Amino acid sequence: MKYIDEFQDPELARRLLDDIHATVTRPWALMEVCGGQTHSIIRHGIDQLLPKELELIHGPGCPVCVTPLEVIDKALEIASRPEVIFCSFGDMLRVPGTGRDLFQVRSEGGDVRVVYSPLDALRIARQNPDRQVVFFGIGFETTAPPNAMTVHQARKLGIANFSMLVSHVRVPPAIEAIMSSPSCRVQGFLAAGHVCSVMGMGEYPGLAERFRVPIVVTGFEPLDILEGVRRAVRQLERGEHTVDNAYARAVRPEGNPAARAMLEDVFEVTDRAWRGIGVIPGSGWRLSSKYRDHDAEHRFQVDGIRTEEPAACRSGEVLQGLLKPHECEAFGTVCTPRTPLGATMVSSEGACAAYYLYRRLDMPAGKTREATPVV
Amino acid sequence: MCLAVPGKVLDIEERDGTRMATVDFGGVVKEVCLEYLPDLRVGEYAIVHVGFALQRLDEESARQTLELFAELGLLQEEFGDPWEAAATEADEDAVEEVRK
Repeated sequence: MKYIDEFQDPELARRLLDDIHATVTRPWALMEVCGGQTHSIIRHGIDQLLPKELELIHGPGCPVCVTPLEVIDKALEIASRPEVIFCSFGDMLRVPGTGRDLFQVRSEGGDVRVVYSPLDALRIARQNPDRQVVFFGIGFETTAPPNAMTVHQARKLGIANFSMLVSHVRVPPAIEAIMSSPSCRVQGFLAAGHVCSVMGMGEYPGLAERFRVPIVVTGFEPLDILEGVRRAVRQLERGEHTVDNAYARAVRPEGNPAARAMLEDVFEVTDRAWRGIGVIPGSGWRLSSKYRDHDAEHRFQVDGIRTEEPAACRSGEVLQGLLKPHECEAFGTVCTPRTPLGATMVSSEGACAAYYLYRRLDMPAGKTREATPVV
Repeated sequence: MCLAVPGKVLDIEERDGTRMATVDFGGVVKEVCLEYLPDLRVGEYAIVHVGFALQRLDEESARQTLELFAELGLLQEEFGDPWEAAATEADEDAVEEVRK
């Protein structure tokens, strides 16, 4: 967009920072929910420019990170079958399942293909009517509508050899789970802007009221994040807890009604396990019974897989904001993006990967990139 | 994967009963499904994720936000502490003196 450069303007960033510094009078902890925001914060060094009393806690908003091991193992099993063309977004290739990943399945002869859009997988299904084409449908509310539309199209066009392995997750139940934890330190949220582009803001007033936390819908450019922080700390300092939209150029209060209607048609809410966290009630979507024919779990009978997380990986604590990535003993030693123990390091949007890429911390020189200060 | 990025609509056509667009992401051009934003027009901007336009980008809101950010500095100059401002200016003058 033509405004992108202006939303990175150092002079305006300085003004926002000055206002934040003038506003904050005591310690506060804010959680940014989305992994895209975490990366923007670390990359631009925003956390280092904020008042020392203000802590940004990284939330669980990385779909690759939170996809449970059990689902990864189901994907690996389906992808290994000779009749299957398994299609996935590229960032799932190196996510470790039990003992291997999709990249290894491909090297062992599995037909694993990377697609940009779920519609690409549908096209592959049309071109290969004698094969079974399976798409790995993961992601939050931003990714769920494109996947829902793809299943809907498959049904409409009668493409019977297309199915989806679905493991979608929803943000509001995760916020509820984080706030309900006795060890929770979060006092306000920067809500994920693009999730709200789809879902609108209707799910948040109840949460803000119940847990007495400000929730500010926030974008991804440096100025967006600073403005989200500014509005959240203003509320905290005044003792307020309302839902505020600091990303109005991309978020309408009602979201995208057509996308929400499709979600309701294709999916139904279900309990979902989050990697490293455990089961959060009502936090996921699965295909509704109307679309059962296109459900890969139903088609390939992969129930009964039981798995355990590696004990050394503390990504669950990172995802809940209880531990910073570099506080983990394995960080940067046995666990790196090349040899990840958990998904928060393997995913390009994971908090551990962000710290590894952009922060110097106490790590050996030359292992990380310098953050680019926003001002 | 979860990143959604802004792009500009170059061209729109109906394909297999589906409304599709060619969208420019700062030089990279991709096919994008418009089923969730059926009234999007050529020349408009949208947030696009995994090949789907999910929300129109409102230029008026973007402009208002940038104006608010710009005004923050002006407001501080207008209502800030004049003694502090004078002291800052004095410091700057002193630095200038040293440079000379």
